[in-house]
Amino acid sequence: MYIVIELTKYLMLIMIGAYTYHAFRASGKRNKNALEVTFRWMTLFLFLFHFTGYFTMYLQLQSDKLLLLYGGQVLLFVLVIGFYKIIYPGISGLLLRNMLMLLSIGYIILTRLSFDKAVRQFIISGVALGLGLLVPLIIRKLSYIRNYGWIYGIVGLVFLVLVLLIGTENYGATSWLTVFGLFTIQPTEFVKLLFVFCIASLFAEGTDFKRVIAVTVMAGAIVLAVVFQKDLGGALIFFVTYIFMLYGASGKPLYLFTGLAGGSVAAWVAYRLFDHVKVRVMAWRNPFGYIDKEGYQISQSLFAIGTGGWFGMGLYQGLPTTIPVVDSDFVFSAIAEEFGGLFAICLILLYVNCFLVLINVSLKTSDNFYRLLSMGFAVMFGFQVFLSIGGVIKFIPSTGVTLPFISSGGSSIVAMIIMFMIVQGIYNDANVLN
Amino acid sequence: MKPMKNKARENNKEVINHMPSENKSPGSKTILSIVYIFLGLFVLMMGYFTFFLLAKSDDVINSTYNLRHDVLAKRVVRGNIMSADGKVLAETVTDDEENEIRSYPYGDMYAHVVGRVMRGRTGIEEVENITLLTSNSNSTEAMYNDLVGVKNPGNNVVSTLNHKLSKVAYDALGDNRGAVVVIEVKTGKILTLVSKPSYDPNNIEKNWDKLSEDMNNESPLLSRASQGLYPPGSTFKVLTALAYMRANPDYIDYHYECVGSTEYEGMTISCSNKRAHGNVDLREAFAKSCNTSFSTIGKSLAIDDFRSLSESFFFNKPLPARISNNPSSFLLKVGESGVKEIMQTAIGQGRTLITPLHNAMIAATVANGGVMMKPYVIDSVESVGGRVLKGYMPEEAATLMTSKEADYLKGLMRSVVTDGTASRLKNLEIKVAGKTGTAEQEGKSPHGWFIGFAPTNDPKIAISVIVENKGSGSEYALPIAEKVFKAYFD
Repeated sequence: MYIVIELTKYLMLIMIGAYTYHAFRASGKRNKNALEVTFRWMTLFLFLFHFTGYFTMYLQLQSDKLLLLYGGQVLLFVLVIGFYKIIYPGISGLLLRNMLMLLSIGYIILTRLSFDKAVRQFIISGVALGLGLLVPLIIRKLSYIRNYGWIYGIVGLVFLVLVLLIGTENYGATSWLTVFGLFTIQPTEFVKLLFVFCIASLFAEGTDFKRVIAVTVMAGAIVLAVVFQKDLGGALIFFVTYIFMLYGASGKPLYLFTGLAGGSVAAWVAYRLFDHVKVRVMAWRNPFGYIDKEGYQISQSLFAIGTGGWFGMGLYQGLPTTIPVVDSDFVFSAIAEEFGGLFAICLILLYVNCFLVLINVSLKTSDNFYRLLSMGFAVMFGFQVFLSIGGVIKFIPSTGVTLPFISSGGSSIVAMIIMFMIVQGIYNDANVLN
Repeated sequence: MKPMKNKARENNKEVINHMPSENKSPGSKTILSIVYIFLGLFVLMMGYFTFFLLAKSDDVINSTYNLRHDVLAKRVVRGNIMSADGKVLAETVTDDEENEIRSYPYGDMYAHVVGRVMRGRTGIEEVENITLLTSNSNSTEAMYNDLVGVKNPGNNVVSTLNHKLSKVAYDALGDNRGAVVVIEVKTGKILTLVSKPSYDPNNIEKNWDKLSEDMNNESPLLSRASQGLYPPGSTFKVLTALAYMRANPDYIDYHYECVGSTEYEGMTISCSNKRAHGNVDLREAFAKSCNTSFSTIGKSLAIDDFRSLSESFFFNKPLPARISNNPSSFLLKVGESGVKEIMQTAIGQGRTLITPLHNAMIAATVANGGVMMKPYVIDSVESVGGRVLKGYMPEEAATLMTSKEADYLKGLMRSVVTDGTASRLKNLEIKVAGKTGTAEQEGKSPHGWFIGFAPTNDPKIAISVIVENKGSGSEYALPIAEKVFKAYFD
């Protein structure tokens, strides 16, 4: 039994390694036929990996519910690859497969951590992928969506204020809205998308000083609203995305440096003013000194990563559930513990690959609004990955940010799928136009 | 499906086509710079992750808070702890009912330094827990064991402890409360670290209530050798002498007329048995342990200098030792301490407290020409096949005095044996140097100390002995040191 778990552990490492290798090869390829061959390999490793993961779990749980879930996911993957390719022949097959690969890693680790959450995640992402089919179409047809920058900003701000007024608190942050008493959503995740639309729309028209001031005031209001929700990670993501979009649109490094300097001052003020910021920094600097309370989560995370070592403990062989919020913000630690450090590095590389594809789209398209939009999304995505992983490995203070496509959380996964589909729409457009 | 284009898109495209390419916003160069910034961030993050796994995770995961130790224990049979001379100090055996039992063949002798696994992990069992629960045995065999469901044997930890010496020291303590520490001078290897009273870790479960209640206030669970804090008595004169030497370059000319006692504002400090030592120089004062001389020396010292000297010798902070210990304390402070306290402190009475391990380190530092080595108790980690997986190397903690100062102190300590309070060892074949101490206790018999090293010319081992509440150092601690020296150089 144990030997099989050991074996599949190495197999899965080889598979993600092979997948990641092909992903980077694919980003360098121009020849269409060669690209198709690489894609076929990637699809193969994607399905093999997914199968090996569920096989290992089935071996240990012997539950038929697992088979059902596995079957559903395979069907979803087949449908997504099929439909998207037929309807949008010009989309990036690389980005599409990367998304599915990340989803499959998420499905496996969530199933291992909590079956119910995995089912929830599967259903929500399945629906989102279905509806996501419409997104590239919308992007293409409604080109006047570029004209409502101020409205996006104001709508986003209204949502955030609404959350502040009637939101529910979770993990110390007031970021959730209960809809009809049925389910909770985290509007910040969607406001993130709206925010990038807003900034792209406003700066695509120009970056004269007056405009920059006006937009900065509004962006500042949105960042402050998120700060008041006590969502530090969210606030940082909005802030960094804005600074980079301003830098991108204006081409002036001065804005970047001023922005980052201003951000550092703001961070220092926040550290002095707010206890919940101080606690995060304290837990980062010396988690083991405060292991009973403030540093508990980080310590558990480091125990998990360290004990897993390079090759991991194997599925169900570690104790990832000792880490609070492991299925969401700290899911990376669970992956490192059971799949191993090398696997985790492949995963980071996979995210880097996604980031490169996203930002490459902005180079490919010649429309300023789309350029700015996809650049903004790339920065937002890359920085969120950086915050999430950096936080759980104690590289930077933990700010409570989800890991895209892997962490459990409906709003986060839906927003991420929409984000990727928007960029796919732009890519498809640019491809078809060329 | 055909790509659809509406008017707006068409218009846009035309506009773009008319524009020169550098009017694209964001410009390609700007985008590339953003790519580099983010790639830099990710490279740094992956670098840190790698660094953590390579260099830091071993220490991190060894924490007693890491519940994953129990997971490892299900796969691996806990390895052995060995003495440097090949004796098994701790092993895992199976009883008649196939239960794994941790067994300690020498019972209470190594209870503090080797430690235990039940009722909280301590000692080497704690520090090397992950090592003992990791198996680096032959991998094909390990895979076979996995297949047939047999646990793999964990790695063995080889300590620096010398069983022969430890047994002599432990027996020599007899029924007394106290401790003996022996350090290899040039490396810092701990050869012996024993304390009494002790307990039998084999029966810890059965006796736990009695042990933790500690009705007779004997603290058998406390490792006196590394954690017991005692007033140093006259052994502290080593540091007082060094402080005097640094403050007075002409220390060779030191003279003092000892009349058996001295008085300061109503406080009398007397020499042992009120004996008048007459006209003494520094060497005689040290050899005879003349309190009157040394408390007068203390009066002349600047508190600041005295304190910083002590702190350079690791008072008031954790010892640079790879073994858990309590920090010793030196409490003289400018503005707070009066002359009386300085005089007391100079002869090791006052409020100064020291662990036997720390006192052994001070003796070893003098013996090692002024260089303090970090004491350590774990020599190496071996796989079951005897392959060395990890070796611990001697490390310097600090250079605390010049070799000239060390040589002079060696001379002082040698004269303690040749014509001073340790003359009992005068005729020993091996040339011992040292310092006795008798720490007075309010209403009880004093604690007896001896710290020293041998041979004086080329020191091999340093020792620190304390016997609680029995009497003077020369009478109670010195004979124990004698037995240890004899056993080592036999």
